[in-house]
Amino acid sequence: MLQLSGNSTQIEMPLAAVPLPAPLSTLVDLQKGDAAILDHIELPVDDARRLMELGFLPGSRITAGFSAPGGDPRVFQVDGSEIALRRVTARHVKVRLETSGKVTRKP
Amino acid sequence: MSECHDCAGCAPVAVLARPAAVRTVALVGPPNSGKTTLFNRLTGLRQKVANFPGVTVEQHTGIAEFPDGRAVTIVDLPGIYSLQPRSEDEQVAYDVLHGKRAGTPKPEAVLLVLDSTNLARHLMLAAPILALGLPTLIILNMADDLRNRGGKLDLSKLSQELGAPVALISARAGQGVGEVFDFLAGTMAKPAPTLLPVLQDVPKCREWAGAVGSKAGYRAPIAPKWTRRLDSVFLHPVAGPLVFLLVVVGVIRTIFMAAAPISDAAQSFIATSGKWLAAALPASPFSSLLVDGVWKGVGSVLVFLPQVLLLFLFIGILEDSGYLARAALIADRTMARVGLQGKSFIPLLSAYGCAVPAIMATRTIENKRDRIATILIAPFMTCSARLPVYALLIAAFIPERNFIGSVITTQVAALLGLYLLGFLAAVVTARLLKSSVLKSVQAPFVLEMPSYRWPTVQSLGLRLLDRSKVFLQRAGTVILLVTVILWVATYLPYSGGKPPIEHSLAGTVGRTIEPIIQPLGFNWKIGVGLITSLAARETIISTLGLIYGMDPDSQGMELQKSLRADLTTGGAFALLIFFAFAMQCMSTVAVVRRETGGWMWPVLQFAYMGALAYAGAFVAFHVI
Repeated sequence: MLQLSGNSTQIEMPLAAVPLPAPLSTLVDLQKGDAAILDHIELPVDDARRLMELGFLPGSRITAGFSAPGGDPRVFQVDGSEIALRRVTARHVKVRLETSGKVTRKP
Repeated sequence: MSECHDCAGCAPVAVLARPAAVRTVALVGPPNSGKTTLFNRLTGLRQKVANFPGVTVEQHTGIAEFPDGRAVTIVDLPGIYSLQPRSEDEQVAYDVLHGKRAGTPKPEAVLLVLDSTNLARHLMLAAPILALGLPTLIILNMADDLRNRGGKLDLSKLSQELGAPVALISARAGQGVGEVFDFLAGTMAKPAPTLLPVLQDVPKCREWAGAVGSKAGYRAPIAPKWTRRLDSVFLHPVAGPLVFLLVVVGVIRTIFMAAAPISDAAQSFIATSGKWLAAALPASPFSSLLVDGVWKGVGSVLVFLPQVLLLFLFIGILEDSGYLARAALIADRTMARVGLQGKSFIPLLSAYGCAVPAIMATRTIENKRDRIATILIAPFMTCSARLPVYALLIAAFIPERNFIGSVITTQVAALLGLYLLGFLAAVVTARLLKSSVLKSVQAPFVLEMPSYRWPTVQSLGLRLLDRSKVFLQRAGTVILLVTVILWVATYLPYSGGKPPIEHSLAGTVGRTIEPIIQPLGFNWKIGVGLITSLAARETIISTLGLIYGMDPDSQGMELQKSLRADLTTGGAFALLIFFAFAMQCMSTVAVVRRETGGWMWPVLQFAYMGALAYAGAFVAFHVI
């Protein structure tokens, strides 16, 4: 498992895009209807690339949608399309929850 | 999964011989962008859809003809998101575009098909394609969807930004296809150099695509309302699986109930007309070949065409509408549990039609071990060649009674059970393989959910036409050939007259293997059928049709009746289970050898499936 930041594919977290960054969580933590901003992907380069080509890019907004019975896999709305991911994959996609107004940032 | 790359049917097909100036154009685009719809539009029904069962190539080639008689070869490539090949189908696309694919000329131009309703992301693919430096037409497909859902863009501005011509079309509705022809007929100018992003850098590519889109005034359409609404049912935690179940039961029930009367009528027609034909023709070995071999033998397979077509109609509707992606999502849990990735699901579904294209479709699976595991279990899925055998035996041996109400009768339940049995065998085998020899790290499961669409009559019609051709071709080649050879074998040894059938060559072979199959409840006649069905499963029907037709005891009887006189109910169940498990298909063996690159896997697979079939049939015969 490689962390992509600092890799040849270079995904630097555009911190400026998130004024008050919420604590890091993963796509698995999203309930249906929740939205989050992608931070980085903790997957091997090739797998991460595949996700990026589908729109899972740092800074992009992801909304959790319907899922198969049991919540796995779940459909995510990202960059104008709907992509289903298994939990095992979604776990490695680190996001910051978009908190609707009530910013609860821990120091 | 519409096209069957049937090895028995199609020898390597040569591209139509044309005057020297044939140009080759590649059709490229992301999955689900409508490439194949456009391909069919461009090449029309006159197309020569050639699957190249060569060593490696798996692109489709067709000819687009202009009114003036000139022609352009169009190569339909597998869907790609980028030009970074990871799986074998992407490798094919990459190789063809770079002129590295043996047997396919390097394309002189590219038709890049993008989904206009999701342009910003799809434009990412334009960067590596334009970087090839070939004349390129950017085709923005699904214009009708874009318009209906309130999206828009400035075409001339986009063309300027990309340095290449742009056409907004709807391949489904046939709008704007003329522009594509104009491009093909025109001079095909090379793209004007534009500033392209660093191709390896996905975020940069996306940024570039977004910038190009916004400069062209692209406004994305609103999300499709109907897709959300339908998904709230189809992906509902309770209603979803229920609908899934209803769809499966509904399809099987309809296949059995709607097509069975047609097949029954055709069957009794074959029997009566056979009698009439035999009476009308002067008695000679030749008339016997015609009546018993061709008419009763091959004819008894042909009567199952309605059932097979109905199956493909349903697969087509499910696939074209977008429901299949939801079904894949619902079934993914099961796949994960047996250690297979979600990507295996689509090839396995396709195996319900025919295992051959399914095995080729496994090329989309990047992981070698996952791919081999999927190849090995695909032939367990109930393919359309098993359907006639099942239909015949069930109709002959299972009395029609209500089982679960009148919705699922005993016959429908039996057919459902056989489909389930094949699936279970696949799942158990996968579990065994994945926990032993083919263990591997899971690759991420990524499945794009397309918006729901109405299937078009044109697309469904093409599929059915294609399937009819394959079915008739098989009946006219493999099955006819095997039947004629068998007919000859019933005349040998020829000494002034035909020997009694059980002492003929065919009978001797059958009686030689009889001791092996007797524990399964089969006699020598079924044994002969089992041997001939090694070529193709349906051949057992033509074989039995022929043997019963020649046997004085059963001559003139319908096939179902003769079978009932020959098999016990236990034997019939044993035969059904034998067919559910055994790998009786030369085309499948050949394609597995090719795709796995050697004889080891197909031989193991054949032996494993054969052993399972024998054991299953043995148990069935002794229990029932």
